[in-house]
Amino acid sequence: MKPRIQRVKDMPLATGNDPDKSGSVGDTPGAGRGLTSEELELRRRNLESKLVSKGAVRKAGSEDKGTETASGVAQAMKLSSEFIAGVLVGAGLGWLADRFLGTSPWGLIILLLLGFCAGTLNILRSAGHVAENQGLDFSKKSDHDKPE
Amino acid sequence: MSNDPIHQFHIAQWVPLHVGGVDLSFTNSSAFMVATVAVASAFLYLTSSNRGLIPTRLQSVSEMAYEFVASTLRESAGSAGMKFFPFVFSLFMFVLVANMLGMFPYFFTITSQIIVTFALAVLVIGTVLVYGFAKHGFKFLGVFVPSGVPGPLLLLVVPIEIISFLSRPISLSVRLFANMLAGHITLKVFAGFVASLSAFGAVGIGGAILPLAMTVALTGLEFLVAFLQAYVFTVLTCMYLNDAVHPGGH
Repeated sequence: MKPRIQRVKDMPLATGNDPDKSGSVGDTPGAGRGLTSEELELRRRNLESKLVSKGAVRKAGSEDKGTETASGVAQAMKLSSEFIAGVLVGAGLGWLADRFLGTSPWGLIILLLLGFCAGTLNILRSAGHVAENQGLDFSKKSDHDKPE
Repeated sequence: MSNDPIHQFHIAQWVPLHVGGVDLSFTNSSAFMVATVAVASAFLYLTSSNRGLIPTRLQSVSEMAYEFVASTLRESAGSAGMKFFPFVFSLFMFVLVANMLGMFPYFFTITSQIIVTFALAVLVIGTVLVYGFAKHGFKFLGVFVPSGVPGPLLLLVVPIEIISFLSRPISLSVRLFANMLAGHITLKVFAGFVASLSAFGAVGIGGAILPLAMTVALTGLEFLVAFLQAYVFTVLTCMYLNDAVHPGGH
């Protein structure tokens, strides 16, 4: 029993009171002296991936699981607002096109249908059935040599 | 009047002010916007002024708010998106405090006015557009062109993508506005049942227990919704800002 207590006494107290510079609040000016920001960034990413793989950090989106009703209502609100917004914007653009280009009624007809498509696309995207738009290839290439 | 569930959204002019035919009156809505900013700033300033290494309870609340927004933004827009942190954090605190202030009885809920939420959403999309074009020039337009789509189909797909992009501020603002409006009306209607039922004597008072329990449950639900909508608004803002920072996907 005795040596065990002795060992505990001798150990440096790891109470978590010292700021460890690997945390996600490490953007403070004095935190990274002697290290370049890339190295810090790398460390931060490593730590983050380790934390995620150990399940220490909850993924975003797991928060919206309150009661069953609440998440259901939230989901319904989300999807309906996405759809309505698409149709409204299509109709609005069509009305504007007709008004200023004198193409009545074709602008409204075509853009309303396109707005319907956009609303459906919005819903499928926010429900996770269609991947987010990844953009063109040339912009993807230019993304790498961007100084950031 | 007290049973009218819409009456709480009535805008009252406190200080009438007309400049050149434009109505710039100081209304109850303006007053609660000022109150929201004041409460949010005072809370953050007072709780973080101590700067204890071991935070007090309130300090850890504001640190949690910081951590929460920072990790949300970093997850969706990467480290390059962190330059928008002050903007996103202000938006989150404004919406959250406005929603929470709206939960006080007799207080005005500014996020239940669509013009307020729409202005916030337009601010977000405006930031995305201005920053996107300033940083990437015309390559930012690549956000409207999905990769791997054959040429002729682009004629159809690009307008759909553009409409989908333009619908973002509307869905962003409608979602926040509709949630707050619907929640407050429901709460008011159920609370109104309690008052009108208990006017019918003993049987009515017995029957009023049901809507009373419902009101209590709904109040809790409304606090959840108030927080959740501030969170959703922030997450979507981060996702849209990601388009401005990385127009070619991740």
